[in-house]
Amino acid sequence: MRVIALSDATSISIIRRGNKGQSVDLIVRTILILCALVAVATTIGIVASLLTESFRFFQQISIFDFLFGLEWSPQTALRSDQVGASGAFGAIPLIVGTLLISAIAMIIATPLGLMSAIYLAEYASDRSRGIIKPLLELLAGIPTVVYGFFAALIVAPMLRNGGEGLGFAISSESALAAGATMGVMIIPLVSSLSDDVINAVPQSLRDASYGLGATQAETIKQVILPAAIPGIAGSLLLATSRAIGETMIVVMAAGLAAKLTLNPLEAVTTVTVQIVTLLTGDQEFDSAKTLSAFALGLLLFVITLVLNVIALRIVDRYKEQYD
Amino acid sequence: MTDTVNILATADSPRHSAERRFRIYGILAIAVSLGFLAVMVISIAIRGTGAFQQSFVDIAIELPAEKIDPDGTGDPVVIKKSRFGSILKKALRERFPEAKSRKEKKQLYKLVSSTAEYSVRDAVVANPSLVGTTATFSVRASSDVDMFLKGNIDARLDESQRRVSDLQLSWIKDLQEKGQIEKRFNKQFFTGGDSREPEQAGILGAVMGSALSLLVCFLLSFPIGVLAAVYLEEFAHKGRVNRLIEVNINNLAAVPSIVFGLLGLAIFLNVFGLPRSTPLVGGMVLALMTLPTIIIASRASLRAVPPSIREAAFGLGASKVQATFHHVVPLAMPGMLTGAIIGMAQALGETAPLLMIGMVAFIVDIPGGITDAATALPVQIFLWADSPERGFLEKTSAAIMVLLGFLIAMNLIAIILRRRLEIRW
Repeated sequence: MRVIALSDATSISIIRRGNKGQSVDLIVRTILILCALVAVATTIGIVASLLTESFRFFQQISIFDFLFGLEWSPQTALRSDQVGASGAFGAIPLIVGTLLISAIAMIIATPLGLMSAIYLAEYASDRSRGIIKPLLELLAGIPTVVYGFFAALIVAPMLRNGGEGLGFAISSESALAAGATMGVMIIPLVSSLSDDVINAVPQSLRDASYGLGATQAETIKQVILPAAIPGIAGSLLLATSRAIGETMIVVMAAGLAAKLTLNPLEAVTTVTVQIVTLLTGDQEFDSAKTLSAFALGLLLFVITLVLNVIALRIVDRYKEQYD
Repeated sequence: MTDTVNILATADSPRHSAERRFRIYGILAIAVSLGFLAVMVISIAIRGTGAFQQSFVDIAIELPAEKIDPDGTGDPVVIKKSRFGSILKKALRERFPEAKSRKEKKQLYKLVSSTAEYSVRDAVVANPSLVGTTATFSVRASSDVDMFLKGNIDARLDESQRRVSDLQLSWIKDLQEKGQIEKRFNKQFFTGGDSREPEQAGILGAVMGSALSLLVCFLLSFPIGVLAAVYLEEFAHKGRVNRLIEVNINNLAAVPSIVFGLLGLAIFLNVFGLPRSTPLVGGMVLALMTLPTIIIASRASLRAVPPSIREAAFGLGASKVQATFHHVVPLAMPGMLTGAIIGMAQALGETAPLLMIGMVAFIVDIPGGITDAATALPVQIFLWADSPERGFLEKTSAAIMVLLGFLIAMNLIAIILRRRLEIRW
């Protein structure tokens, strides 16, 4: 009798606690979901704000002129009836400038980052790896405003003087100075992503290659790199996306005037530089000039998102291959 | 076998030299990258160390009672109204009577900072008994004089090519001979706000702005990030919605920072009407940016807690919520905090999004709360880097040194925390 009563009591208390626990559980679960949804809300916020402001911009300037126009000069009109008051909003010079600087950055970062990664993954002893890797990561931890200062203060004058010595005219805001500095900033990104990819190549491939008498360099060039190519391509895409979205280096070291050129010795401007220029200082809201910054932001967001999605997909697919 | 090894090891074999060359390329790549790092840090340190010192000029100033406080009230309001500018100028003329013409006098007044009269005023207000006496004050030298004394202006250049005239040089020499000009620790740099005058400019305002922004950022992003990670790791079923959240977080981590600034401008400022240029909005934008970092680090940390902990908790009758919050989360906390500190370090270095929400203004006052207008340390660096004055070059480099110092400290704390507290399973 007693035993049954006791077990009844416990089972009741368990059920009670279960009820209370369930409502607590529900509340906690809701809070947790809400927190997880903040990330989604951020994305929605970004897309919504960029789209609405861009939509207002495209009511004033045609989307065709924006995407394919060859001239960018968002003048501020003192009077609305002034000649050329509407300005020219062709984004092509900005896109070309952005791609030019990013290309220079990638030309610097790809060989340096890749070779560093290969050395660290295949040659370096554990001890030197333990020292070099954090030092390389320091490069990634330095704020971009510091790189911008360095590019404007040291790299650009050095290039200009060097150019003068060799008989070239290099602008003091040349694409080369901004791009080269940005390249150094991206080295650790390329090297750490490539390092992961190279380490993921199974040891059996190396052993097979050594077994056939290949040297270490031959193994790397003919076995490991071909096997790692998709992953490396993915990491280079991620790095390119980072270069395209980079702001402070170009704001401080690249030019302001939009010039349609592929000459790395001249001054070009980028999408991010124009966004900063348009939105800092005095601004009249609702003017095409201010709204164009959001259209540029949308352009930047779409380009980097597409690159990221492709890159992440390549990296993911590659990972599955060896798992 | 030995033969093969010998063949491969022969130094003059082309395959062997190709091997060696390849290895050297790797070492070169690392050397170039680290060399750039070294050049950058060293060149900034060389330019910046000067800013921690400032030249002061000792000058005897007559403080006539009839001009400052005729009734002898000692009232700060009365004293503050007096014209210390002309009192200081008179003292300078008495010190160097050879300055006769208007042009020469102008050069004379430029020996000391244009803010010097305020430091004299403040000293007199603090000590009204000085009124009616002649007291020696130590006032800030002007930026040009300071730059000359630090060796940044070459006296051998033609007079028209430098910012310090021959006459000024002779005065500086006279002051030096009498020991009335000397470099001292520049306290103002660490305790002052921004200024148009390089010799008066300090970083405390920017440091406070950064600290307040980071506080807001941490209070928002840490709890939200940890709870989101707990949901994704412990509660979520592997469904389509959760896959979407995951993809979302990964992509958010790669969105350019300036786009977050545009979000802040369009939503926080224009839709919600929050105050422009404030650490509140800055912190909110930075929180959205650091969220992915914190979520990813927290998830890794939660994943590292072995299932046996959860099973033991369930076995003792704990509910899912109890098992998670009483056992799993506390064990994962060190890793989460480490991730949060690294996220905060990234946020501290961010500049571009803060430019978008107007934290890029000339602000003299040191912000006291999250709704005061403020700038942040990296933005201050950007603003000073843009200034044409030679004196700001040194200040910019010094501010970078302070910023890097904070970043190194934060990363060290993260590393120590990881070593000390993280449990290895």
